Amino acid sequence: MTNDESKQLAARVRGVSKSFGDGESRIKVLKGIDLDVRRGDITMLVGPSGCGKTTLISIIAGTLAADEGELDVFGHDLRKMSKAAITRFRAHHIGFIFQAFNLIPTLTCAENVSVPLLIQGLSAHKAEKRAREVLAQVGLGDRIKHRPSQLSGGQQQRVAIARALVHEPKLIICDEPTAALDAKNGHVVMELFEHVARGQDRAVLIVTHDNRIFHHANRIAGMDDGQILEVHDVDADHPPPEHLHAPERL
Amino acid sequence: MLRLALKMLFGDTAKYLMLVAGLAVATFLMAQQTAVFCGLMSWTKSTLKNVPAPIWVVEEKVEQANETNPLLDTDVARVRSVSSVAWASPIYSGIQRVRLENGNFKIIQLIGIDANTLAGAPAKMLQGDLMKLRLPHSVIIDDLGVQRLAKKRGDKVKIGDAFEINDQEARVVGIADAVNSFTGGPYVWTTYERALQYVPAQRKMLQAVICAPREGVSLEQAIADIRKETGLKAFINREATFEEFMSQTPEKPTTNFNVSTMWWYVKNTGIPISFGTTVIIGLLVGMAVSCQTFYSFVLENMRHLGALKAMGASNGTLCLMLIVQAFTVGLIGYGIGLLGTAGFAFGALKNEQPPFYMPEFVPFAVLAVVLGICMLAALMGIWRVSRLEPAMVFRS
Repeated sequence: MTNDESKQLAARVRGVSKSFGDGESRIKVLKGIDLDVRRGDITMLVGPSGCGKTTLISIIAGTLAADEGELDVFGHDLRKMSKAAITRFRAHHIGFIFQAFNLIPTLTCAENVSVPLLIQGLSAHKAEKRAREVLAQVGLGDRIKHRPSQLSGGQQQRVAIARALVHEPKLIICDEPTAALDAKNGHVVMELFEHVARGQDRAVLIVTHDNRIFHHANRIAGMDDGQILEVHDVDADHPPPEHLHAPERL
Repeated sequence: MLRLALKMLFGDTAKYLMLVAGLAVATFLMAQQTAVFCGLMSWTKSTLKNVPAPIWVVEEKVEQANETNPLLDTDVARVRSVSSVAWASPIYSGIQRVRLENGNFKIIQLIGIDANTLAGAPAKMLQGDLMKLRLPHSVIIDDLGVQRLAKKRGDKVKIGDAFEINDQEARVVGIADAVNSFTGGPYVWTTYERALQYVPAQRKMLQAVICAPREGVSLEQAIADIRKETGLKAFINREATFEEFMSQTPEKPTTNFNVSTMWWYVKNTGIPISFGTTVIIGLLVGMAVSCQTFYSFVLENMRHLGALKAMGASNGTLCLMLIVQAFTVGLIGYGIGLLGTAGFAFGALKNEQPPFYMPEFVPFAVLAVVLGICMLAALMGIWRVSRLEPAMVFRS
């Protein structure tokens, strides 16, 4: 057993398929996907637009149901759970980072970050105290009273990361987390993810087009036409393959 | 989460203000128009209030206090002869014109009361002496007449001032507190005999007989006896409750003159339709503005609500957030609308016009309607949120 193989699985996907639409307009978006997402790793899903990346992370996150296949997240078979149980599962085990940050503009940074804890039923006072701690960890301790509109894009994404981490989820799912950021801020954000994944033994699953961040990944899965075509383990000795830098050539 | 819901609501200042304004206007229109309608209805029975007597006896076809058919003078004696009646007095009531010292003419509601008993005299004198009504040419005017019958605008009628009724002198010997008349003219009391002198003669001049039952006889028994023994229509004169007003049916006509009078106006004038239309417009405006604005508020926040759903917020939590938001703007809008109505009421009651009377149930009924509007608005949002796929937050 190699060092990588000894890592615990966060999510195990086997033969997952998903279609949208009815009749002649029915389109099969995922075609028998197999994928392992490991704790302690940053796993990236890359591929051209429309290849099914977002659908796949939605299924892993439990926000979308697969048509067929097996889906095991931290030992829970999501396909056998009720919608309410999946919602509760997400609240406790999964953190989300969205491309557009999705911070609520009328709330302060601390209030935005405290949302997952409030969803879990924690009191506002305790939730905000914890939110302030996490904001300090992402370098925004002096911005707790600011509103998202008063922050730069990089700072907003760090608030979104703090929100994704505040309830200490074991799996963090990110949709294009650096798409709206410049190279410098993108680098800062990815260093945070590295710390979260490797330092705190969590699984980070990132959908991205941004080839500037490929070298931060432990694994890169190349997708096209609803299928995973290749999976590469990445480290200092094994840089991301060149062809991944132009996903349309996958 | 509910605190965050409120912060989301208050943070969108434009929509928040629009929602509150819509509900405040709706509340104001519904409460104020209902109160003005009720006030107007209470003015229709002002003669009954200003000529206090437990029983009014009128001609058989009469349905309301402001339009009485004349009786024979002997009818007073016939009523007195009824065994369950303690006393009975004649009443003249009619609209007349007075000529002021400056030559202007004004409409008044002339009341003639029995000179011996002064039965039907105003209950509360503000100035002057009721007994002086027995002096020649004496009249008592109400507080509205103090301004309306003045020589010029801004002046006030004083005791001792005079005007003319049908070219005959009428000198003010007292000022009474009275409810405004439906026609808007001030009440002027004089003796029954003098009223007949003021008014152009007709064959029959007696408008009504007021009376009271003997001790130990109920009002219901007394009016039944009067109807039976004289063939005249006898009504009880007492404040009507809302239930009493609503219980009037053609099969079981009321014996309360107040109820009968108000119902006559409801059935025979366009007043309820006019006010009812405004109340319905208020309801529709409130509903349209609130539902549309709240729905648009929900749509604009759909992405955030989707994110909350993805992060594990249940449908129940999100629905509760929307209900709290809708009911919060509802209560604030209701409060502002009611405050506006109170301001209007303050001015109306101070100036004694326009009519204003708000029965106790009106604020509660308006609150129920406003909360109903809010619930509808919330339900529209809930419908959208419950169908919201949390996966939509991943779509750019």
